[in-house]
Amino acid sequence: MSVFIIRRLLQSIVVVAVMSLLVFFAVNVVGDPVDMLINPEADQAEIEKTMRAFGLDRPVHEQYWFFLSNAVKGDLGKSFIFGEPALKLIVERMPATLELAFAALFLAVVIALPLGIYAGLKPDSKFSKTIMAGSILGFSLPTFWVGLMMIMVFAVMLGWLPSTGRGETTSLLGIQVSFLTWDGLRHLVLPALNLSLFKMSLTIRLARAGTREVVHLDYIKFARAKGLSSRRVILVHLLKNIMIPVVTVLGLELGGLIAFSVVTETVFAWPGMGKLVIEAIQNLDRPIIVAYLMITVLMFVTINLLVDVLYSVLDPRVRLQDVKA
Amino acid sequence: MRVFRHFVSGVVATALLLPVALSAQELRVGLALEPTSIDPHYHNLTPNNALAREIFDRLVMPDENQQLKPGLAVSWRPVKKTIWEFKLRKGVKFHDGTPFTADDVVFTFERAPNVAQSPSSFGTYLKGKKIEKVDDYTVRIITEKPYPLMPNDMSTFSIISKKHGQGATTADYNSGKAAIGTGAYKFVEWVPGDRLILERNDNYWGKKPQWSKVVIKPIKSGPARVAALLAGDVEFIDNVPTTDITQLEMNPKLNLSQGVSNRVIYLHMDQFRDDSPYVKAKDGGPVKNALKDVRVRRAISKAINREAIVERVMEGVAIPAGQLLPAGFFGVSANLKPEKHDPQSAKQLLADAGLPNGFQLTIHGPNDRYINDAKIAEAIAQMLTRIGIKTAVETMPKSVYFKRASRGGPNKSPEFSFILVGWGAGSGEASSPLKSLLHTYDKSRGFGASNRGRYSNPEVDQLVEQALATVDDTKRQKLLAKATEVAVNDLGIIPLHYQVNTWASRKGLKYLARTDEQTLYTGIVSE
Repeated sequence: MSVFIIRRLLQSIVVVAVMSLLVFFAVNVVGDPVDMLINPEADQAEIEKTMRAFGLDRPVHEQYWFFLSNAVKGDLGKSFIFGEPALKLIVERMPATLELAFAALFLAVVIALPLGIYAGLKPDSKFSKTIMAGSILGFSLPTFWVGLMMIMVFAVMLGWLPSTGRGETTSLLGIQVSFLTWDGLRHLVLPALNLSLFKMSLTIRLARAGTREVVHLDYIKFARAKGLSSRRVILVHLLKNIMIPVVTVLGLELGGLIAFSVVTETVFAWPGMGKLVIEAIQNLDRPIIVAYLMITVLMFVTINLLVDVLYSVLDPRVRLQDVKA
Repeated sequence: MRVFRHFVSGVVATALLLPVALSAQELRVGLALEPTSIDPHYHNLTPNNALAREIFDRLVMPDENQQLKPGLAVSWRPVKKTIWEFKLRKGVKFHDGTPFTADDVVFTFERAPNVAQSPSSFGTYLKGKKIEKVDDYTVRIITEKPYPLMPNDMSTFSIISKKHGQGATTADYNSGKAAIGTGAYKFVEWVPGDRLILERNDNYWGKKPQWSKVVIKPIKSGPARVAALLAGDVEFIDNVPTTDITQLEMNPKLNLSQGVSNRVIYLHMDQFRDDSPYVKAKDGGPVKNALKDVRVRRAISKAINREAIVERVMEGVAIPAGQLLPAGFFGVSANLKPEKHDPQSAKQLLADAGLPNGFQLTIHGPNDRYINDAKIAEAIAQMLTRIGIKTAVETMPKSVYFKRASRGGPNKSPEFSFILVGWGAGSGEASSPLKSLLHTYDKSRGFGASNRGRYSNPEVDQLVEQALATVDDTKRQKLLAKATEVAVNDLGIIPLHYQVNTWASRKGLKYLARTDEQTLYTGIVSE
């Protein structure tokens, strides 16, 4: 297994390098950051001075070489808009996004998994049918709209929950988290729910399909015949066996949650990475875009690796080995 | 005993039911655009300037209508043709107690244009000016040629403390270490993207600020910002989306404050190429650039129904424009009115110009920069098509639009033929748009930097240059008005309307609306 892991890590370095090349050249083709930054009242001389200061008057491959030589030292460039190192800006906001993503994941697992299993065990009950219909709504309705509706209902009309922002934060192992305070939890509920809706629908359907498949198999019948309690049959034998597809999908989706929570973060003004990057795209803050995408790639690769390792833990039949290229 | 118990439970119940009340005089604000830095000289950007205005002061402070009022300078006058003298205010203290003197002004002059990696430097306002300290409360600023706009330029940047600013980087300002000013509010905390907290400066030299604490939350999404106000999570928001204005007006718990801005939305036309890329004959073939003919330009201006755009597209939140700045600004002409909508006359003018069947045109515009910009472009295209100029619409995000509009054509010339664009006069007077939009493009002298139509009229050039060298206010006002009249009557640009900005607050508060579109916490007052 360790050979597998090492091989994977080496491959991921190659992937990140290729990604940086693609992204760098792609953002250089679109628009001109100087137009976005400079005050229109500046005259032509000022505009050219700014371009030179940012190195934007050099040819693209020269700019890329400059970027690469700094990147290996850990410096991914300074944001045009904020003037601070791009990596620092992203890492500052990462705890907020991670908190949101894991909260969404937690909700998806804790709420959707039991619902899906129930729907699988009793497929003809009215409640199961409602769950399935609900899951269709969950992945069809756009996140933006659902988020605004939740704000309208829970914050404006009922006044139960706050409409925007992150709550009070406390320090946990050096990072700022907000789920340890009551105020923080109140602010976390709506965005986490909004973000998790899609995951919940997927999980419900997967869990139901898995349950329907497994519940008829021999070993379940055998376990029941042995006299095991219903609870043990479901929680131990059934659950473990439906986990493989669920873990796969959730793992892949976790990467998506972290990288693309943009919509939820914008609607709820959640101070995370997603909001930072969408504004960077709109304002052509190239260093942030490039740095962010590289970090995202790294993250996806890591998560995929963890999911693969988790397989071998969940299912002893799986042996980890590389596909021979 | 029972009565007492009921009384106590009544009090407890009321106390529990009362929503958590803010300690008196705390204000929560939802802002559309967050400042990108606390460093007042890092980026010449409206949200940064608005915040800097509260923490730091300026020598000259523009009021809500951009009229120049004394700030850290109590008086100013030109002592010679090329020398302005500013007398500074005595008895002002920085937030940490150190007194404000001319040394701080001199230090600011040196530091402001030289901030590392500034995306939009304040050098624009400080270059070519030398400062001299006369005594602790007097400074002189020397230029090579007479410079009438000195007080205007002195109203654009913040004065920092020499003691704390020496050797301080932008990061020091962002962390608060160097963010010591003389302003109405003191910096407390900034968590980027989450909150910015200010507290009252009890030793402020000016009008005592109303709020003991201001908590600013950036909420970029328009609907989410309005929802936050409706839910009571904030007491004040800026940039109310036009679609929500009617509904908020009817809400008895809210107040709206509106004010015209210094921003004019206008059309710029290709006037330097005979073969313009987006002007075609009616059948699609090539044609000589019709926009070079003043009759065609006048026809276009007459074909546009400005009242309809204001009423329908802008939902009443705009004012039809006949020139570059609304009434009341310096340099505005009393003789110019918005062009009347007259499609018959427009068709006649087209026929006179030899194009009785019209021609084909494409209008280009941004879709995320000005209020309802894409919709305005669409409305204009429809109005022009009605008089025979078949107009196609192409809008794009500002990140793509401005580069192409300024330099996207061959040889870095403007790419488009007919564009929708806006201009906010930061200096609050007419020389700003005249110099940048209508003066002949002259890179070496810094004129016409945003003249994307390359309009060139020697009479306008001469009047503008003369005005920029005339220190006498009355004479300069006349020159600017005359230059505006010549340029607008020659249709160098076609003005459409002036934007109106809307702020909303809970009942009991109102905002002293500003023409420079800034949101100042000192402007949020009780009714």
